[in-house]
Amino acid sequence: MFRSHVLVCGGTGCYASGCAAVFTALDTEIKRNGLEKEVGVVQTGCFGLCALGPILIVYPEGSFYSLVKETDIPEIVSEHLLKGRVVERLLYQETLCEEQGIKSLNETGFYKKQLRIALRNCGVINPEEIDEYIGADGYEALGKCLTEMTPDDVIKIVLDSGLRGRGGGGFPTGRKWQLARNLVPDADQKYVCCNADEGDPGAFMDRSVLEGDPHVLIEAMAIAGYAIGANMGYVYVRAEYPIAVKRLQIAIEQARNYGLLGKNIFGTDFEFDLEIRLGAGAFVCGEETALMTSIEGHRGEPNPRPPFPAEKGLWGKPTVLNNVETYANIPQIILKGADWFASMGTEKSKGTKVFALGGKINNTGLVEIPMGTTLRDVVYEIGGGIPDGKKFKAAQTGGPSGGCIPLSHIDVPIDYDNLIEIGSMMGSGGLIIMDEDNCMVDIAKFFLEFTVEESCGKCTPCRIGTKRLYETLEKITSGNGTMEDVEGLEELCNYICDNSLCGLGQTAPNPVKSTLRYFKDEYITHVKDRKCPAGVCTDLLTYKIVDEKCKRCTACIKVCPTEAITGAVKELHFIHPEKCIKCDACVQRCKFDAIIKE
Amino acid sequence: MATKTSAPPFAGTAAQEDRLIRLIHEIKGERGSLMRVLQEAQDIYGYLPLEVQTLIARELNIPLEKVYGVVTFYSQFSLTPKGKYQIAVCMGTACYVRGAGVILDKLRKTLGITGAEVTPDGLFSINDCRCIGACGLAPVITINEDVYGRLSPTGEELDDILAKYKE
Repeated sequence: MFRSHVLVCGGTGCYASGCAAVFTALDTEIKRNGLEKEVGVVQTGCFGLCALGPILIVYPEGSFYSLVKETDIPEIVSEHLLKGRVVERLLYQETLCEEQGIKSLNETGFYKKQLRIALRNCGVINPEEIDEYIGADGYEALGKCLTEMTPDDVIKIVLDSGLRGRGGGGFPTGRKWQLARNLVPDADQKYVCCNADEGDPGAFMDRSVLEGDPHVLIEAMAIAGYAIGANMGYVYVRAEYPIAVKRLQIAIEQARNYGLLGKNIFGTDFEFDLEIRLGAGAFVCGEETALMTSIEGHRGEPNPRPPFPAEKGLWGKPTVLNNVETYANIPQIILKGADWFASMGTEKSKGTKVFALGGKINNTGLVEIPMGTTLRDVVYEIGGGIPDGKKFKAAQTGGPSGGCIPLSHIDVPIDYDNLIEIGSMMGSGGLIIMDEDNCMVDIAKFFLEFTVEESCGKCTPCRIGTKRLYETLEKITSGNGTMEDVEGLEELCNYICDNSLCGLGQTAPNPVKSTLRYFKDEYITHVKDRKCPAGVCTDLLTYKIVDEKCKRCTACIKVCPTEAITGAVKELHFIHPEKCIKCDACVQRCKFDAIIKE
Repeated sequence: MATKTSAPPFAGTAAQEDRLIRLIHEIKGERGSLMRVLQEAQDIYGYLPLEVQTLIARELNIPLEKVYGVVTFYSQFSLTPKGKYQIAVCMGTACYVRGAGVILDKLRKTLGITGAEVTPDGLFSINDCRCIGACGLAPVITINEDVYGRLSPTGEELDDILAKYKE
């Protein structure tokens, strides 16, 4: 038995912040102090608060150390672990309070309004140890299904829970399973697939579940296999997620060794096994038919539906395909019941949703909130507001398929149907906050550039239509747009939506449509005044020196790469627009905010 | 896209070929094995020139155009060699709104390469990649396995970072 446990976050965010070095240092220091029998060190999945990584928590006190450096470790070990004195200077400031010393993490702004179901084990257990998962009720749900429930019971409980697909579409999961079970009664083979090809730029929910709690996916896929009558499953993961792939691989091996995958699971005649398939960097493979084509080893192009995968999916067999987060909810629903799950959320959207909170927000990271939470709570309470006192402009959900939520809708409860109504969508869970310095035309262009590159080219409306949209946006942001261009955008958007083959094309114009809906004035300013109000579109900017603020220090002159600024010490400085390449170097260098862009 | 002529002619060794052929025979029976073969082949050679694709087509007994079709479909597969140090600039939304575009431009300017090119000394190539999921640290670049996050939106640190790899 250990008297203390140190949990070190080992998610990708913290890896990038250097948690591997922290982990090694901790190990060395603990051994050097002879504490290895008293203090246990566990590398867990993501805690969620990526902005403050590397992170570690010491139990039983629950001290939450943030932004920990390798060099801080000797102090933590000798002070806290050896002498029992918490190192206050390294604590997450929000957990400090005057009266009682340390406040529980669950009472801090970031965690208070969260409700962790899909992420319940992330940051709590060691993802590379199956025993820790089993210790947290892991595989109990699978056992219950196999020994106490019929496949129809399982489907019914999932149906009654109201769980909808967390990959973005929001199709009822139980309904999907029901179709796969019943549509082709005499099928000789069925498959269960998991979509972990998280392609939305700015989203990393699925990755965090795979990294922090890989066994939950294995358990849920086995349950799905039992429910629909499949004995084989495939997990399609992005190759860009090496840590996730490695941990899933370890988990599959461990499950096989424990007899939780393979033949005669829990002593029944049910058999199920899993294989990992790596993606190779194609966004369209997140579309279900394209994903299956890719698993089959072809170009990952989508196919027209129907037939739906429940009837003819992988290798022409009935297939169920769900996203990682959807699966992560299943074992809890089986154990705690449909009513428990349905008691959370709004009328038509039950349970919780995980969001990857990023962009212009203080607490970037991973959050799980009950459906129906308002965007205001997410931004100002959980997210801790916008950095540098800037103003909130919009939140973007749904990535390249979604849209923007402006300030006027910040109090709308977040659920599937409300978001669609205001012109955005739930999407897989990317939630990017933008402030007054972000240009909405530029953001629309950014997403279109993405879809142009990722369009697979199979159908014309998407292949050529998105390209034309992009060109028009480029024309507008470079100062050559006309009002006809702005009006034409809308028509083209509708045409692409109506005529594209798959979800990628049908939703590709959404970023343009929603910015046109809420920020049309910005488009018009770009066209009529040839100005970019946010100061982003460089072609529309001129750099000027404000004489009253300029201290004549020549710092900008020295840093200018094209000698576009003239002047000398104690003399007026001047930027020559014909030489200026708008590289922004002078603005960054000037300490007196004397250079402006307009 | 035009590529620099500095791309060296194919110089695969017999050992590499041997390794690939053995691997193909191992997983040949698996359904949908082409993707995995290509991923392993790219690991072995660093890229997938026509010579390697021809070999794969022959060993898997499928048409070359099928192999080529799959290779050119996925952005992870490369027809040209990459630099010794592969720089990836994350262009996910979170990084983009925090200035990843500026960083990409600056890197390209500093190194004098665009698109799929490699610097003449063979050291660097640049890739604008999709979200690597380190959004909390935006903007982020990676150089091989090393991750550099929380860069300033103007990329001031880039020269120092690159210098580490030039020695």
